[in-house]
Amino acid sequence: MGEPGTKEPLSLEELQAAGSLRTGRKHTLSILVENKSGVLTRIAGLFARRGFNIETLTVGPSDDPDLSRITLTVDGALHPIDQVTKQLHKLINVLKIRDLDPAETVARELALFKVSVDGPQRGEVMQIAEIFRGKIVDVGKRSVVIEITGGAEKIAAFESMVRPFGLIEMMRTGEIAISRGRQET
Amino acid sequence: MRAVDAIMECLKAEGVEVVFGLPGGANLPTYDAFVDADIRHILVRHEAGGGHAAEGYAKATGRVGVAFATSGPGATNLVTPICDAMMDSVPVVFITGQVRTELLGTDGFQEADTIGITMPIVKHSFMIQDPQEIPRAIHEAFHIARTGRPGPTLVDIPQDLSRAEIEYQPVSDVHLPGYQPTVEGNQKQIRQAARALAASQRPILYVGGGVVNSNASAELRELAACDRFPVTATVMALGAFPAPHPQWLGMLGMHGTRAANYAMDEADLICAIGARFDDRVTGKLSEFAPHAKIIHIDIDPAEISKNVPAHIPIVGDAKSVLGKLAVEYRALAADPARLEPWWQRIASWQERYPLRYEESADSEIKPQYMVRALHEATGGQAIITSDVGQHQMWVAQYYDFPEPRRWINSGGLGTMGFGLPAAMGAAVGCPDRLVCCVAGDGSVQMNAQELATCSAEGIPIKVFIMNNGYLGMVRQWQELFWEKRYSAVEMGPYPDFVKLAEAYGATGMRCEDKRTLVDDFKRAIETEGPVVVDVRVSREENTFPMIPAGKAAREMVG
Ligand SMILES: Cc1ncc(C[n+]2csc(CCOP(=O)(O)OP(=O)(O)O)c2C)c(N)n1
Ligand SMILES: [Mg+2]
Repeated sequence: MGEPGTKEPLSLEELQAAGSLRTGRKHTLSILVENKSGVLTRIAGLFARRGFNIETLTVGPSDDPDLSRITLTVDGALHPIDQVTKQLHKLINVLKIRDLDPAETVARELALFKVSVDGPQRGEVMQIAEIFRGKIVDVGKRSVVIEITGGAEKIAAFESMVRPFGLIEMMRTGEIAISRGRQET
Repeated sequence: MRAVDAIMECLKAEGVEVVFGLPGGANLPTYDAFVDADIRHILVRHEAGGGHAAEGYAKATGRVGVAFATSGPGATNLVTPICDAMMDSVPVVFITGQVRTELLGTDGFQEADTIGITMPIVKHSFMIQDPQEIPRAIHEAFHIARTGRPGPTLVDIPQDLSRAEIEYQPVSDVHLPGYQPTVEGNQKQIRQAARALAASQRPILYVGGGVVNSNASAELRELAACDRFPVTATVMALGAFPAPHPQWLGMLGMHGTRAANYAMDEADLICAIGARFDDRVTGKLSEFAPHAKIIHIDIDPAEISKNVPAHIPIVGDAKSVLGKLAVEYRALAADPARLEPWWQRIASWQERYPLRYEESADSEIKPQYMVRALHEATGGQAIITSDVGQHQMWVAQYYDFPEPRRWINSGGLGTMGFGLPAAMGAAVGCPDRLVCCVAGDGSVQMNAQELATCSAEGIPIKVFIMNNGYLGMVRQWQELFWEKRYSAVEMGPYPDFVKLAEAYGATGMRCEDKRTLVDDFKRAIETEGPVVVDVRVSREENTFPMIPAGKAAREMVG
């Protein structure tokens, strides 16, 4: 293997191998943290240092006012994720981490879609929204805002349905997730 | 009570006897408190010197080192020692001043985002937002630095908050729900490890700095004595197992012995204790120890299987785990005769490939000989610090360390300029011991200013500069791997180290003749106060043997 210290050039495969850590399935990490300054920066920094791209990130209060819940999703092969959770555990303000098993987890996110509706399309868009159990939260002369709640796939499906009508903008919160059954997440 | 006086109370409660630091605007209030506090403060000439001195103190004594700096440039000058302490797991508490809270985020004079800059290189840090928090933060900083896998912590205190009056109440407990290091190893895993050791035909104990940090040297010797386990150690752990010793194979890794590296390569079981499979140890990872099962004992779960998958992971403190492992192992009554063929193989390597160099025929001082001469002049009993480069590796190879905490170097970060201030810190922590620094002529210039501190404070370190007139290690790589196209490695004749020493109030000496070297060194050691010895050694000697970067252990050269 080449190394900066030796004259051998690095091969393309080596460079790719170094960058290929982001393959594999999506992981949802649920992290319980102390509500202290800088916690989010420490967590985000740790991901950045290991070359991981956080896909979604949500932070909010938990049932205990001193603790916050962070839910983040990240794309990665299992081994590096394991390394990241172990490193996360080392952060003093992190109390608990779970790499949630998709089969044992309910995950939801909320999305807002602003769709352009000129004339007769309005009815059609509203119909689609209804099918997706969406809510119309704002109606203008030439646009509507629709609120959709659900898993990431449902939101993606809705997006593909309304895009042809003219999607002005879309906002998503990122997933929050809770484990099924009696046990705490 | 003034918050700054409370800081002093906290330091005393933590048993702090010395602080290395340098004041400025943002920590003026704290420095006022030093006037009446009964704590020794050593005024360094550069904050990096203070940080490394605190590291040297911590490494030599096992106690927590403390370094102070002001905001902005004072804090940024600490970045290298903080990172160094992180890489080598050194317990140091850094306390920095910060601009007044109303100036935070305004690019105020001497404002730097110290917490942000140091976040990836501290074990933990505290930004003080309420003066009442100061005592607890300081105690937590000490607790976190000292326990588990040790490391640097930082407390950043805005100037206005340090000037506040607080209600000081001694803090007797720290409560950190998110921080509970596992000390006791899992008994079942330990038993399994004992069985694996008893079943192995070609075992080796691979010892890292964690054994020194957990003061587990006696337990390591005990385990090694259970059977004739061969022992090797990283550059961080020299002395954890006594050298020389019939079971001691020498250091492993890039400049380790062939016996140690070949034994790792052919082992069927590697028992790693407080070591982290650094690339300087493993060489090419995919070809590392192809036949071995791995027992990995470490207090930091994130180290286990980070680089090399462990078959038997044991999370726990080395001292506790090794003690139990020895008991479990003895109960198995393994047959020591099974290791006979393995020892024959190791002995054949030791015989064929001892550490060796070509001795000069005349007065020329070979660098390796210089280290042996120092060993002789000190009776092998000194605390030795080093800088980074060829000289560091030669000391690691040729100075046999009989005990832990005698060898103090910058292993993980490889920080040039570490040696002199670290020696200063070690000498302050161990006033009854002889403390020597083997410095590089390049490295020593990165913190030579601390000689003034040594003279002013009467810290009698002996600095032996291995002067080859080169950034030697870089020159070696250029010679071996870049067709000898030397680029920016020649140091030239400056400075005159004897005059430099004298300018700093130290004694300067020069050695150019190997025939008088041991006596010259003895004279330097007997000279009172700080001494600098400029030792002119062979200029283009190479450090061998060597695993070229990215190659496997089997491919050692030289
Ligand atoms: C602060 C810093 N800068 C650069 C390096 C890269 N480096 C590693 S060894 C070395 C040469 C050190 O020269 P010297 O102190 O004279 O030691 P020698 O190798 O000659 O014994 C250099 C430049 C480093 N380790 N640290
Ligand atoms: Mg040199």
